Amino acid sequence: MSYKIPMGPYHPALEEPYKLDMICDGETVCDAKLHIGFNFRGIEHLAETRNYVQVIALMERVCGICSFIHTLTLCQAMEKLTGQTPPPRAQYIRTIMCELERLHSHVLWAGIASKLMGFKTMFMTCFEIREKVMDVLQAISGNRVNYSMNRIGGVNRDIEDPPAVLAMVEALEKEMADKIIPIFTTSATARSRCAGIGVLSHEKAVSCGVVGPNARASGVAQDLRRAAPYAAYKEMEFAVQAQQEGDVRARLLVRALEIMESCKILRQAIAKLPPGEIHTGDPKLVFTPGTATSRVEAPRGEVMYSVTWKENSRNPARVHVRTPTYVNMPAVRWMVLGARLADTPLIQASIDPCYSCTDR
Amino acid sequence: MNLWNRFLCSCRRRSPWIFHMNSGSCNGCDIELVASLSPRYDAEQLGVRLEGSPRHADILCVTGPVTRNSVGAIKTVYGQVCSPKAVVAIGSCPATTNVFVDSRTLAGPLNQHVPVDVFVPGCPPRPDAIIQGIAKAAEILAERGKAQPAVAIVAHADELETNEAPKTSEVQP
Repeated sequence: MSYKIPMGPYHPALEEPYKLDMICDGETVCDAKLHIGFNFRGIEHLAETRNYVQVIALMERVCGICSFIHTLTLCQAMEKLTGQTPPPRAQYIRTIMCELERLHSHVLWAGIASKLMGFKTMFMTCFEIREKVMDVLQAISGNRVNYSMNRIGGVNRDIEDPPAVLAMVEALEKEMADKIIPIFTTSATARSRCAGIGVLSHEKAVSCGVVGPNARASGVAQDLRRAAPYAAYKEMEFAVQAQQEGDVRARLLVRALEIMESCKILRQAIAKLPPGEIHTGDPKLVFTPGTATSRVEAPRGEVMYSVTWKENSRNPARVHVRTPTYVNMPAVRWMVLGARLADTPLIQASIDPCYSCTDR
Repeated sequence: MNLWNRFLCSCRRRSPWIFHMNSGSCNGCDIELVASLSPRYDAEQLGVRLEGSPRHADILCVTGPVTRNSVGAIKTVYGQVCSPKAVVAIGSCPATTNVFVDSRTLAGPLNQHVPVDVFVPGCPPRPDAIIQGIAKAAEILAERGKAQPAVAIVAHADELETNEAPKTSEVQP
């Protein structure tokens, strides 16, 4: 006889409120239903009542983990409407901030995942190293979470002392290579808890349309940084990491390898940082009526913004956001089918869900 | 106040266990709260522990601007925390609803629904500020314990409509 086990909306294994109803047969999950909307703040509607400066501050608060990505995508879309081109130095600073954010997001995910594995030591190690990433972010932007770095036509703050940042990044890379990556890849605890569970096959990954590290862990080697370069990614050398297995361990490995790639990009970007202005400094912005879209590879996958402007308006007529978790979410159902009930918290966390982005 | 009560007040001040509740937050304050428990800031040296169940906790930490969908849950969880209890509002959102002001899907700020003892301002507040807020709440908790006898009280959500501190009554199942 099957019975229903609700998990959430407020559950110790969930970082954010959402509800997973699991239909179980004994200890095996037969089906799962996901309920979201507990975080719905109506941001897309609010954006229509804010002017083009306020909307950047508003969109930064869509998500506290990838706040830079959201403002970057919005600013890129608004730059298309105003015809502004950010100077090269701004593009490089944006790349550096993107990669730092990817680093802290992946290490944060590793911490949360290891907590769910019951591997508290690794959780503490991850958070200790994450603090060092936060130090670099704070040295550049002055804040730990909401950086307010982006503006239309560039960035607000310069990297004044690139060699100091480079030294911090090199120390960071060493920590990652010495501590995080070995635990991820060789630890018997992590392997026994992750290998072979929550499998998402290549076919299912394509048909669900999953994005980001989840798609790459199922053998879909797509990355917007390579496929449609933005900021300064065209000039960066890096590899798109992919695994074939599609289980939780593959998702862990993809993120671990991406951490190393991020360090590589960071070193290149800081070394090549061109001189010059950090924003266009245009005091008067004229918006062409119409719609512009922009896509960026966030730590969790592709973020898409579509911004519509009407004539002689200071406010956007519509800001549409598509977040990576929105497309990754339905794949959880296929991952938990046939899984043991005790593994479901880890499986749902393995897609690195962000429901505050998704509900908005 | 007898010796037993004094002992309990000291325990509450020295080991405040917290329950974290996300009421529509952007994750910014949530990760800073987790960071405050990490080795760098180490809130555990003050006896602070993040608990999975509100029934084990003394302090309710609420982040987020209180969405309509989470109001019921906040009241229920507040009722489930054993008395004496304290509420810490982390970030600018529960205090003022922050940038989301005027949103139709919000029912905030938080003090319209549950009594708040400590506000920790910031968007998001730094982990050291969060720890300070929790330490402050622990002191309030110890003071509150002096006023109330040491009986485990399970309050219910409907009690909230009338008073802030639940009445002293029988232990309910």
